[in-house]
Formats: sequence, structure tokens, C-alpha cells
Amino acid sequence: MANATFRIWRGDKSGGGYKDYPIETSEGMVVLDAVHQIQASQANDLAVRWNCKAGKCGSCSAEVNGFPKLMCMTRLNTLDLTQPVTVQPMQTFPVIRDLVTDVSWNYEVKKTIQKMKTRKPDASDGTWRVNQRDVDRPQEFRKCIECFLCQNVCHVLREHQMFSEFVGPRFFVYAAALEMNPVDAADRVADLKDKHGIGLCNITKCCTHVCPEEIKITDNAIIPLKERVVDEFFDPVRKLFKMFKG
Amino acid sequence: MPSIDVPVRNGGFGQTSRRDNWWLAPLLTFIGLGAFVLYANVRVFQGDHYHFGPYLSPFYSPEIVGPSPHAWFQVAARPAWWPGFLPFSAALLVMWAPVGFRMTCYYYRGAYYKAFWADPPNCSVGEPRKSYWGERSWPLVIQNIHRYFLYFALIFIGILAHDAWKAYWFADGFHVNVGSLVMTLNPILLGGYTLGCHSFRHLIGGGMDEISKSPSRAAAYDCVTCLNKKHMVWAWCSLVWVAFSDVYLVLCSTGVWQDRRIF
Repeated sequence: MANATFRIWRGDKSGGGYKDYPIETSEGMVVLDAVHQIQASQANDLAVRWNCKAGKCGSCSAEVNGFPKLMCMTRLNTLDLTQPVTVQPMQTFPVIRDLVTDVSWNYEVKKTIQKMKTRKPDASDGTWRVNQRDVDRPQEFRKCIECFLCQNVCHVLREHQMFSEFVGPRFFVYAAALEMNPVDAADRVADLKDKHGIGLCNITKCCTHVCPEEIKITDNAIIPLKERVVDEFFDPVRKLFKMFKG
Repeated sequence: MPSIDVPVRNGGFGQTSRRDNWWLAPLLTFIGLGAFVLYANVRVFQGDHYHFGPYLSPFYSPEIVGPSPHAWFQVAARPAWWPGFLPFSAALLVMWAPVGFRMTCYYYRGAYYKAFWADPPNCSVGEPRKSYWGERSWPLVIQNIHRYFLYFALIFIGILAHDAWKAYWFADGFHVNVGSLVMTLNPILLGGYTLGCHSFRHLIGGGMDEISKSPSRAAAYDCVTCLNKKHMVWAWCSLVWVAFSDVYLVLCSTGVWQDRRIF
């Protein structure tokens, strides 16, 4: 394969810039391989977070040619190598160094989502009887590897930085997994509307486009949660109907 | 809610490191939706050439009050109760329902926020404005009314299906013309779009955590989900076909095209 140039952002929270690294590429390489090659041969101090190299740990999130991607899942043969390949850290979170960002805000946000509250057990031995069909739906959300690419691309966080009012797509997926769980009895709908800012999502579907696990974040998590908010707060006829039904 | 301090790096409108043609999809949406809105406005206010033989334009269906033989209440001239400042058009009495349904549709919302309001222009592309309210406050909180427009849209599918049935009955009996097929495709595509609606998916069973307990709703939910997966495709095909059905009627009623008989 031809030579390629990687234009990597180097710096820390005080600032930085792009630096070019020419490398020899080979068949089957991914962007993370290229970054490792550069780290080994040209820039020993290049900071990059990685772990599994298999798209399952969600550590190597970055922006390749301006698009949020996992570096380990971005093959070089999908990129135009006649031009320098730009690799930069996720833009939404504070940079620690080079390609490494501080994503700890996400862990704090997760604590604000109401935990699972199990309903009364179905059997006398304290267990539940759950149909596989009802488990399949929240199961999709369990595929999330917490790479935070969806948080990075969401313009409410990225452009408008509404960190204190909006939890972001990752945590709507997390809330949906709990909310749709047939064993769960907690009600998160009021929190979703008031505390977690689901109304700020304007359904651009960018989160769905970047998800490496191909979770249909918008269609299967966010919109169904928005509809549950409508049930509770914006549908007077349904409310009236429920009132009469008891 | 915890907050963090991130230095603002995005310089402004259109700024991005993306190398692909990110502007193409919003531009096509802008052209497509813009052209439809322009054409629909012209046709709605024109009030003419909207019926031909057994066919009635979807823009004017149902014709509640109007001069054509399709009207539920036939009137020769402009009704006395019609507001003086508004040109009389039977379409104005019904257009609010399909327009409202499409305007508040989850797919179209995402598409026109990008194409017409650049909010954002596309994923990871800089925006022109720094302030943002989303759909949490007025005026966009009104988007939550979508399910009410859905109820009307469901009624409209029935009405347009009836129009399609009537499109096979000519003065000399049952025949199939090209126009009959054009009119038939209309409720089929609109049905695919409306029945795949996200709100419908929720109401039919998505709101239940144990849908397995209701097999009929589970089956309906699966069908709606199947249509919902291609909601964007249904949305565009039905939109284009509504416009084409109307164009077909205009061209036939002005004598430019001939409505050919198949049998």
C-alpha cells in the first residue's frame, strides 16, 4: 500500500496544533495501528487511549477526518490516503493530552439517572417471569460500549455546551434500557423532561449515525422516550381517558 | 446536573474538519421540501384544475365545500361565510391536517432543522447561532401535538383510498386508466408513511413494557416497526407522489396529457 500522512492533533488543555507524520501503511491496517506505529517510531510521547482493538471497549474514540469514529474500527482502505488523514481528539470533552479527553462528566451524569426499582416478584421464590420478546427491546441498548461518540457528535453538547441541562444520547439509551425493562417499576419520565432535558433533542440522528454498535438511538430510544413524555405531559385526552379508566 | 468547562473550539457556521460532501444532504432536502411547499401553495390558492373525470387532486381531498361534482356540499360560487381577505379554495379547509402531520413528523423535523435552520447544518458542522432552545420551550414545544395530527392523517388515508376506488368508475362504467393507477398509488404510499409513524408505533404498542401479553398489539407493533425502519423513504415517496398526482390532473384537465385507457 502507498505511503500516507497522518495529521495528528498534539497538545493539552493550554492549546496545541496539528503535526504531520508520514508512515508506511500495509493491508488491513486501521487508524489505531497507524497511531501506534507513529507512537513507536516517531512520537513516543503521543498520548492515545486504547484497550481492546476490537471495537468493544469504547476507549479509542476520536475524530478521523472530522467525523467521530473508533480508531480501531476505521480501516485505512476506507479513507482517502492521497490527502493527510486528520486525527483529533473528541471536541466535546476537555482535552487531557493529544488524543485523550476527559470523559468523566459522563460518569457523573449516569449517577443522576434513577436506578432500577424492581416490581413485585411473580413467583413465591422471589423471581420474575419475563417473556423473551419483552427483553429483546431493551437488550439492544445493552450493546452500548460507552465510547461516547454519540455524546461527542450531539450538537446540544458539542455546539451549545448545555452540560448542566442535557444528559445526551448515551444516557437516553441508558434510561430507555431501564424504562422499557419489564421488571422495572420506577418512573423516570418527569426527570427526562425536567432534569435530563429530552426536549432539547431535535432529532438530528447524528448519534445514530456515529454509533459503532449500530444502536438505533433516535428511533428506538429517544423518540419512544419523547412519546412517553408526551403521554404524561402533553396529551390531555389520554390523561382524561386514563383518569376515567382508573 | 454536573457541569464541565470546555473551551469553545468551534469557530462558526459551516466550520468542520469533515472532508465529505456534508452539505449535499441538507441542500437536497432544502430544494425538495422548498419546491414542494412552493408548488403546493400555488396549487392550493389557484383553486382550479383540481379534478378531472372521476379523479380529485389529493390537495383538495376531501372537497368539503366547492364547485366540483366531488364536493360534499356543492356551491356554485364563493360561500358567504368565507373570510373576505382570503381567496376561496376548497383545499384550505383540509390542507392543515396533512401539512400539520408532516410539519410535526419526527423525520421531517430532523431534516428541516438541518436544511432550513442549520441547527446543525449537519453532524459535527458548526452552527450559525450560539443560542438554542430545542423543542423544550415555545414555539417548538408545539411539536408534541404530532399524535393529534396522526389521528387526522389516518382518516385521510381512508378518504384517499375512497378517491382511488372512485378513480376506476367512469361515465361508461368500470375501467382502468393510467390516472386510476396514479390515484391508487397515492393512498398506498401515504399509508406506508402514516402507518410507519413514530407516534403510531408508540400508541400501537411501543408504550407497553410487556407487549407479549397482547399478541395482537405485538403483531401490529412489528408491522409498524417494519414500516418505520424506512420512514424517510416512505415520507419522500408519498410527498413526491402527492405532487405528481396533482400535476397529472392539471396536465390532463388542461389537455396537455391524455389519460390513456388500459382496459
